[in-house]
Amino acid sequence: MASMRTPLRRVRGLGSAKEGTDHFWKQRLTALANVPLVLFALGLIVSLAGQPHEVVRSTLANPFVALVLILFLVSVLTHMKLGMQVVIEDYVHGEGAKILLIALNIFFTFAVGAASVFALLKIAFGG
Amino acid sequence: MSKTTATRARPLSPHLQVYTFIPTMMMSIIHRITGVGLYFGTVLVAIWLLAASGSPESFARVQAIYGSWFGLFVLFGYTWVLIHHLIGGVRHFVMDSGSDLALGKEQSTKAAIAMPFISAGITILIWIVALLSRGA
Repeated sequence: MASMRTPLRRVRGLGSAKEGTDHFWKQRLTALANVPLVLFALGLIVSLAGQPHEVVRSTLANPFVALVLILFLVSVLTHMKLGMQVVIEDYVHGEGAKILLIALNIFFTFAVGAASVFALLKIAFGG
Repeated sequence: MSKTTATRARPLSPHLQVYTFIPTMMMSIIHRITGVGLYFGTVLVAIWLLAASGSPESFARVQAIYGSWFGLFVLFGYTWVLIHHLIGGVRHFVMDSGSDLALGKEQSTKAAIAMPFISAGITILIWIVALLSRGA
């Protein structure tokens, strides 16, 4: 008699990934955090538009500004990493291409985040 | 003898092109497109921060590109996309709460139609403030 097990049950011999609504919840949580953080960053950039280099540096070196901008980056990048993952999973059906793109998504997010946080810390610590 | 349900072609899941185009659907698609745009646009933020952390020459170079007519055009578009996605996200919070179901679909359609006008209005206001403070 053929196995009664569904292909899904057999696919990797694994049970639940135990993540449940983790993705959904983090997407909402970062969305909520993004509202004030994005408004802060936007206001800062508008106020710094066309300002000389020294003014931009001294403003970004302010501990409060640097700290909130780092929180802004972490929240926004987490949010967009989750969002892009869903877009990839929705439209890319080839298993290899999907895994490759999901990996690139993570690399891209970390590259943007590392570069931005490094620049902010360099300015903040007077480098 | 008529076909039995077992041999008749099974119905396929309907996809985007078979639905009548409606504003809420349009805003759902735009929310995703603006999200993807913002994703790649974060590179602009990283470049600006790196330039600011570097030499005055590197900052001046980036400022010149961002301040050119093309740079300003891209930044204006990016601001609009950001504001649109942001208020779209707030709209999604309202929808997640389930209150749209109580209000009815006419209300959610109105909210969807209002979206591009609200986001354009806020974007233009931000740019008026930015350009005025720059001139002053």
